[in-house]
Amino acid sequence: MVDSKQQWKAWLYLSPAVVLLLIFTVWPIYNTIKMSLLEGFTTMGSVNGVQYQFGFGNFTRVLQYPGFITCLKNTVLLCVLTVPISTFLALLIAVCLNAIRPLQRLLQTIFFLPYVTNSIAIGMVFAAMFNMIMGGGARPDSVGIINNVLEALGLNYINWLNYGSSYWANIAVMVVYIVWNALPFKILILLGGLQSVNKQYYDAAKVDGTSKVRTFTRITVPLLSPMIAYVVITGFIGGFKEYSSIVGIFGESMGPVGNPYSLDTMVGFIYRAIGNQEGTASAAALILFAIIFVVTMINLAVSKKNTHY
Amino acid sequence: MKVELRNLTKIFPSRNKKSGEEVVAVNDFTFTIPDGKLVGLLGPSGCGKSTTLYMISGLQKPSSGQIFFGEEDVTELSPENRGVGLVFQNYALYPHLTVKQNILFPLQNLKGADKLTKDEMLEKAEYAAKLVQIDELMDRKPSELSGGQQQRVAIARALVKMPRVLLLDEPLSNLDARLRLQTREEIRRIQKETGITTVFVTHDQEEAMSISDMIVVMKLGVLQQIGKPQDIYDDPTNLFVAKFLGTPPINVFSGRVEGGKLYIGEDAVLDVPAIEDKNVTVGVRPEGFIPDENGAFTCLLSNIEVMGRDMSIVCKNEASLNPIVRAIVNSDIKVDYSKVNVKFALKPHKVFIFDAETEERIYF
Repeated sequence: MVDSKQQWKAWLYLSPAVVLLLIFTVWPIYNTIKMSLLEGFTTMGSVNGVQYQFGFGNFTRVLQYPGFITCLKNTVLLCVLTVPISTFLALLIAVCLNAIRPLQRLLQTIFFLPYVTNSIAIGMVFAAMFNMIMGGGARPDSVGIINNVLEALGLNYINWLNYGSSYWANIAVMVVYIVWNALPFKILILLGGLQSVNKQYYDAAKVDGTSKVRTFTRITVPLLSPMIAYVVITGFIGGFKEYSSIVGIFGESMGPVGNPYSLDTMVGFIYRAIGNQEGTASAAALILFAIIFVVTMINLAVSKKNTHY
Repeated sequence: MKVELRNLTKIFPSRNKKSGEEVVAVNDFTFTIPDGKLVGLLGPSGCGKSTTLYMISGLQKPSSGQIFFGEEDVTELSPENRGVGLVFQNYALYPHLTVKQNILFPLQNLKGADKLTKDEMLEKAEYAAKLVQIDELMDRKPSELSGGQQQRVAIARALVKMPRVLLLDEPLSNLDARLRLQTREEIRRIQKETGITTVFVTHDQEEAMSISDMIVVMKLGVLQQIGKPQDIYDDPTNLFVAKFLGTPPINVFSGRVEGGKLYIGEDAVLDVPAIEDKNVTVGVRPEGFIPDENGAFTCLLSNIEVMGRDMSIVCKNEASLNPIVRAIVNSDIKVDYSKVNVKFALKPHKVFIFDAETEERIYF
């Protein structure tokens, strides 16, 4: 404990962080709450001296807006699909990486590269891989590299993201892209966890004749459970804020040509409301916050039961 | 189950690729551990004792040589097929499982014909837990146990499948002094009750001497001596073994043999007619001194430590290779504190003569 006479020193040392947090976190949160509770608030109007009434109209407007349900559905769907898939794949890759000796460092670096690459740039590359280039004929001039692979396997090509593409094809592209993007961080965390597991647990399991599968499910996963809980929770939080990945693939129309905003997300909704209806944007941001909060609480409650520290 | 090592050798490749020097951790071991005995592998760190243990367990592959369990060559068998139980130095209990789950774990791995029903498993687990006296703690997690209790759980886990050979790596090193004493008795008792051939590794000679039926003394990967603890203590084959065994340690002097007499300094302490003249190293056990006015061996009296039943006469001698000479005598014997020198006669069977160059024992 700091001596009470010395407390001013502690505050002094904390002050840079506290001041920055007050300016860039607490003040905006306060303002967001304030704006959300002023009926039909806009910054433009506020600057011009318009007085707004207190009320919950912004919240009801957000909930009644038809596009909002689409946003919520897309966000939840992407979360529920990508977090388990990416966590499972990351665990698999981390275990494999941990098991090999030669090239481990090199592969570790390669797997980490997406993390340090611009996500919009990656999105454009993914879009190019799935994109079809139409020509005059019945068959597109180019079907994209992914479809080439499908056709090489004897399957029909799929319209992934061009005009007339189906919603589920679009979602599939997004899932592949988001999972690929989410892997490096998860692999890094899980590999770090694996490398800190005492090797003697595996020696003990070996002497006891434990099968590979059982060693994985009964020893590796429980010992990694704190890290798994961490990547799942942060994965869900990140997933609910999904936006730039969709812009990366589909551009700001948030959907394929001819069907804009079909892949809109919560954050997309909030961004578009900024600039003309800040009250609505604030209300939507608070709703998103409430959803993330509840989901994280559920996550924590579940992981508490299944995590062994 | 008898365990036999034949020309067992383990060579580790050099860490430093440039120098290319290999490390011979275990060098050409050949010895037999008789069935149902408790055997201690003893030596200072880096002597290859743990490597030997891990090779017996199958976790490490020998570079050459063979290992037999009974008449069966197990050299190429993987650990799970050898039927060994292994207790790790830090126990390696699964932290997320309860004591009961930890003990059940090896049984749940059994497949095919060996597969047990739940009741059979529980019965075996409870038997093992009773054997090590932890049946009260079955629902606790390892983190809720003391070091000694964790040790017992680890032994129960190793014993639950009734292995052919039980292996313990430094079983007492993580325990405090009092618990160490208690646990070593416990290991002895468990071994006697189960009759399982048990091999344990230790660097503590007292530990090895006190509970082993047989000890194997090793140094830098080379086998030094095998035998019953008392036999090795009474009859060491070289200076290393003599120095390594016994507390307080043996007193070592530089000496010489001249005209059939053994000299320490200028004192002719023993008649050794069979040895030709040469420089030697002399070891004298602390209990090998008899205070005697007419004794041949003179030391400078330093102080006396009384320990009740016994007392230590601490003195100095110019020929001593240790800083002090310590003699342990019965406290009934009266020593004149006022004198500068103290004279001793030596018990011949407590005196060992070693070649000054090779440090090998010279019998007289």
